[in-house]
Amino acid sequence: MFEGRPAVSGGVGKDPVNEPMIRHWCEALGDTSAAYAGPDAVAPPAMLQVWTMGGLSGNAGRSAAYEELLGLLDGAGCTSVVATDCEQEYLRPLRPGDRVTFDSVVESVSGPKSTKLGTGYFVTTRTDVRVDGEPVGTHRFRILKYAPVRTYAPSVPSRAPETPTGQKPQVAPTSTPTPTRPRPVINRDNAGFWDGVDRHQLLIQRCLGCRALRFPWLPGCNACGSGDWDTVEAGGDGTVFSYVVLHHPPFPAFDPPYAVGLIELAEGVRIISNVVGVPYDKVRIGMPVRLEFVRYEEGQPALPVFRGDLPAEVGG
Amino acid sequence: MRTGDELPELEIAITRTLIVAGAIASRDFQDVHHDAESARAKGSPDIFMNILTTNGLVGRYVTDCFGPAAVLRKLAIRLGAPNYPGDTMVLTGRIEDVDGDTAVVRVVGANGIGRHVSGTVTVSVPQQPPSPQPGGTP
Ligand SMILES: [Zn+2]
Repeated sequence: MFEGRPAVSGGVGKDPVNEPMIRHWCEALGDTSAAYAGPDAVAPPAMLQVWTMGGLSGNAGRSAAYEELLGLLDGAGCTSVVATDCEQEYLRPLRPGDRVTFDSVVESVSGPKSTKLGTGYFVTTRTDVRVDGEPVGTHRFRILKYAPVRTYAPSVPSRAPETPTGQKPQVAPTSTPTPTRPRPVINRDNAGFWDGVDRHQLLIQRCLGCRALRFPWLPGCNACGSGDWDTVEAGGDGTVFSYVVLHHPPFPAFDPPYAVGLIELAEGVRIISNVVGVPYDKVRIGMPVRLEFVRYEEGQPALPVFRGDLPAEVGG
Repeated sequence: MRTGDELPELEIAITRTLIVAGAIASRDFQDVHHDAESARAKGSPDIFMNILTTNGLVGRYVTDCFGPAAVLRKLAIRLGAPNYPGDTMVLTGRIEDVDGDTAVVRVVGANGIGRHVSGTVTVSVPQQPPSPQPGGTP
């Protein structure tokens, strides 16, 4: 509903293209090109957007539609913004004295996207920049408006000042609750498995009708349909049958990148779990692994994971 | 200037000063580019380079390589891993296409955590009169 609507109409650059701002830019970026200094200086083309920036005094000329779009995204919790793409075309060089005008249009708004930073929406705008009514360049810009998935604690803990009057400190130290891992869903079909995990046993179901082993736990046998079963304890040896490396999106309480393996146990059944003890990018299909139980959270059962071993380094 | 030519790489130290100076020189006062506490509150471990500075550095890389007569026509970049203070970005480039005096250069800027920027730059380099080559190699 916002696509095609103006984002900025009749914007005017706050400063004309000028030598001091060009010089400051070149100084900051270490750009020593002779083209940007001297009597015939042009502005670095990549400064195109700079001449349209609102700065601390804000963006006059922003359309109601664009403000409404940003407001809606803020309201949806997408209060943070990061730029992801910039495409510029330069039709002629800008020179000191040029005064830019510009119009922007909302080209697209994506659906919600899951990103490493958090879930958000990509908003793409196109800006046409003119001088004296003549086009000098275009500028396509994509931002991600997102709801931050995590915050980082301040590097210097802000300690609440001791106040003898007992007044509340003005700045309360922020404490982010530690996210917890999802809890297993335990039901009557898999309770025996989780009981085994509590005892540090990885239990495989065995059909009493046809002796087939099965994992994960199911009420009946896939091979013969029998509902009768007992269990055997996995010996703990396995190999990586396949794996993925999870980079993003991150889930609370997990710290990507990490490897998730589909482990084929020596008994023949397969189980999905983390591969530990090996850098995520060194996990390989066929790698031998060994079952172990790791407690990731206080008060929660230790979980079955699989430890791999890197081939020993050959000493020199 | 031939398709497949590699540009000499350019190493840029990502200092806090560069990030802040670049943000201010580009009139980008978003707090995530100069205020570490605000950046953390918004889910970033530290301040990070703004896209205008990255854009400028990519432009500088190409004009540094092709000389002051080079004229940028197009600059299209996509950002990936952020440039945080203390990191180093290495810019590399390769000529993907040449049409007359205009080249399309593929540029990648890699930092310690991944690919910060990838993009293409279209640049025109006005033809200079051919310099005589000893031995007469065409
Ligand atoms: Zn069976």
